[in-house]
Amino acid sequence: MAGMYTTHMHLPRMVDMKEKVAEFWQEEASLSQPRKHTLQPIVTGTSVLGIKCRDGVVVAADTLGSYGSLARFRDISRLMKVNDSTIIGGFGDYADFQFIMKLLEQQTIDDNVVGDGVYRDAPSIHNWLRCVLYNRRSKMNPLWNTIVVAGRDFAGKPYLGYVDKIGVSFTDKSVATGFGSYIAQPMMRKAMEENPNMSVEEAKRLMERCLKVLFYRDCRSLNRFQIGVVTETESSISDPISAETDWSIGANPSGYE
Amino acid sequence: MSSIGSGYDLSAGQFSPDGRVFQVEYAIKAVENSGSVIALRGKDGVVFGVEKIITSKLYEEGSNRRVHSIDTHIGAAVAGLLSDARAVINRARDESANYRDTYQVPIPLKSLTERLGKYMHYFTVYGHLRPFGVSILLGTWDETNGPKLMEIDPSGTARGFYGCAVGKGKQNAKTEIEKLDLSNMTCKELVKEVAKVIYSVHDEVKDKHFELELSWIGKETGGTHQIVPQDIFNEAKTYAEEALNDSDDEDTDM
Amino acid sequence: MAVLVDEGYQTHPTVQHRFFPYAQNGGTVVAVAGEDFSVVGCDTRLSEGYSILSRDVSKVRKMTKSGLLGCVGFHGDVLTLTKMLDAKMKQYKHTHGKDMSCEAMAQMLSSTLYYRRFFPYWVYNMVAGIDNNGKGCVFSYDPVGSYERETYRACGSASAIIQPLLDNQLGYKNQSNANPAPLTRDRVRTMVRDIFAAASERDIYTGDEVEISVIDANGIDTQRFPLRSD
Repeated sequence: MAGMYTTHMHLPRMVDMKEKVAEFWQEEASLSQPRKHTLQPIVTGTSVLGIKCRDGVVVAADTLGSYGSLARFRDISRLMKVNDSTIIGGFGDYADFQFIMKLLEQQTIDDNVVGDGVYRDAPSIHNWLRCVLYNRRSKMNPLWNTIVVAGRDFAGKPYLGYVDKIGVSFTDKSVATGFGSYIAQPMMRKAMEENPNMSVEEAKRLMERCLKVLFYRDCRSLNRFQIGVVTETESSISDPISAETDWSIGANPSGYE
Repeated sequence: MSSIGSGYDLSAGQFSPDGRVFQVEYAIKAVENSGSVIALRGKDGVVFGVEKIITSKLYEEGSNRRVHSIDTHIGAAVAGLLSDARAVINRARDESANYRDTYQVPIPLKSLTERLGKYMHYFTVYGHLRPFGVSILLGTWDETNGPKLMEIDPSGTARGFYGCAVGKGKQNAKTEIEKLDLSNMTCKELVKEVAKVIYSVHDEVKDKHFELELSWIGKETGGTHQIVPQDIFNEAKTYAEEALNDSDDEDTDM
Repeated sequence: MAVLVDEGYQTHPTVQHRFFPYAQNGGTVVAVAGEDFSVVGCDTRLSEGYSILSRDVSKVRKMTKSGLLGCVGFHGDVLTLTKMLDAKMKQYKHTHGKDMSCEAMAQMLSSTLYYRRFFPYWVYNMVAGIDNNGKGCVFSYDPVGSYERETYRACGSASAIIQPLLDNQLGYKNQSNANPAPLTRDRVRTMVRDIFAAASERDIYTGDEVEISVIDANGIDTQRFPLRSD
């Protein structure tokens, strides 16, 4: 909808900051530099975990924004409620994730102002995100994120999707990004094998266990995290939760000095 | 004005010798022919009411809406040509999306009316353009700034209001609205009064059928503009109908 | 006096890896054409590096009632390519009032791939089905659209270990006293199943499950069999 009238030559144009910024960079580029694209992430978020269960979907991420090895921001949210049917979690460059959140936020507003009750379900948001990420990678100007889409489809069935910065996307019973795919994913797969009919509460406890193990092993993680839940009727994201950790074992090993 | 524009009314690009722009006045006329649209600003929000005239029984209920959301926090009601109104509303939505994109906060109503007024005014200064036959009422509410209500007419002029009425019943509506103690009333009370005013200004002789449209934004709705819920709508409608019957009875008594 | 030294704090990761727009997500397709049927097998594993992204991703899709398409390679391109092809198939159906034939589909896929000659879809494709004369057909491709009609072919991550086997068993290569007998559906299905079981022992990008479809005049019959999941 946005920009519908901006190209008509007769009409007063909206002041568009995005255009102004683009013009600025274009000028800048023509003067001296080669084109600048996101070629490495700057402020990054680590693992996002998601799991599908009997009566919903659970998704979790910690609240750390790392600047290289520096724990730069310790209270950022990497989960976003898109609407009552969908929550997304973002791994990778936080600025790029904020940009994606902004797009989705306006999209949700556009859906709401129409007032016909039509909304986007999790599969359509997942597919839309794939299009955005794939198109950006095809321009060699990627959005440096892996995104977990948790929610339900129009039929009310739980849905859990994954899409990365080059457009690889799939759905599964459990997904994990980054370090979580090495450490948490095996834990989740094992837990689901043992208990295929997990409840939301059980899934939440599993998430906490996974995040705690991640905190012990992933140097870019934090023991402060949020858990998002999408059920048949609603979607909600918890306030940050702090996991109790025990490092007392650190005193015991010896002989490595 | 009742006579002719003597050649000066063919475009908005020229003044008449006595300093009028006839095209704009004709656009205002188009608004005056429309069903009445009112908005009241109370102490905790704004309520919109529309007398939507139904020209055919074959129309589906709820179609051709005249109350709209511009953004989550801004409601609008329009009088005049519906297709023109839709263009204005789309522009308003674009503007609020643009503001949000730039500043990451909801657009203040003042900024929106400024931008939208500028847009509508643009159509009154060029010979190749036709002004919008639309008056738009815009309302918002938030915790810190309270309720705000503004109107933009076809000339692009924007004004702030406590209570506002446009369309064919505007004179009578204004008289009714002036009797209310607006700034001490809540949205819940205002909904009934809005319905009552719409019912009282409806002219059964000229227009047989009409549909009442009610929407609100305020403390009650958590700062989100929305259609008034069905139960409250019914309550307000009953209240308005009863009030109308009572006054009819008085009329016949006399 | 204290001497200020560079403590060596690094604000940026030292490993600068240039953005690479492709990934190898693994997967293997095997297709065999018989006299009046064809068989396609494809595993369901999706990998990246040493991780299994998912154990249940189908990489064979039904394009028409007698034509299948198997695609492996970079899954991002697989998704985009299949979406494009679906649209083109639909467009063809709406303009001509019938499904595309396997031969037409094969040529269309080639043009679609070649269109991106200088930024290729990194996808290995295989079209299999029944041709215009009711005979089994298999078409195999390279990522930029070069293609050929064949009677059997393996493509994808385990192709190098499967193809020689097919050459020997179906092409009767290196057999001194070969006795070519007509292929039957059951024999091919069993062979494809065994081939995948064997391939998943040696190729880490092939595994979890194999999806085998037999296409003939009666339609498409698809079955799934478990493979190694490690």
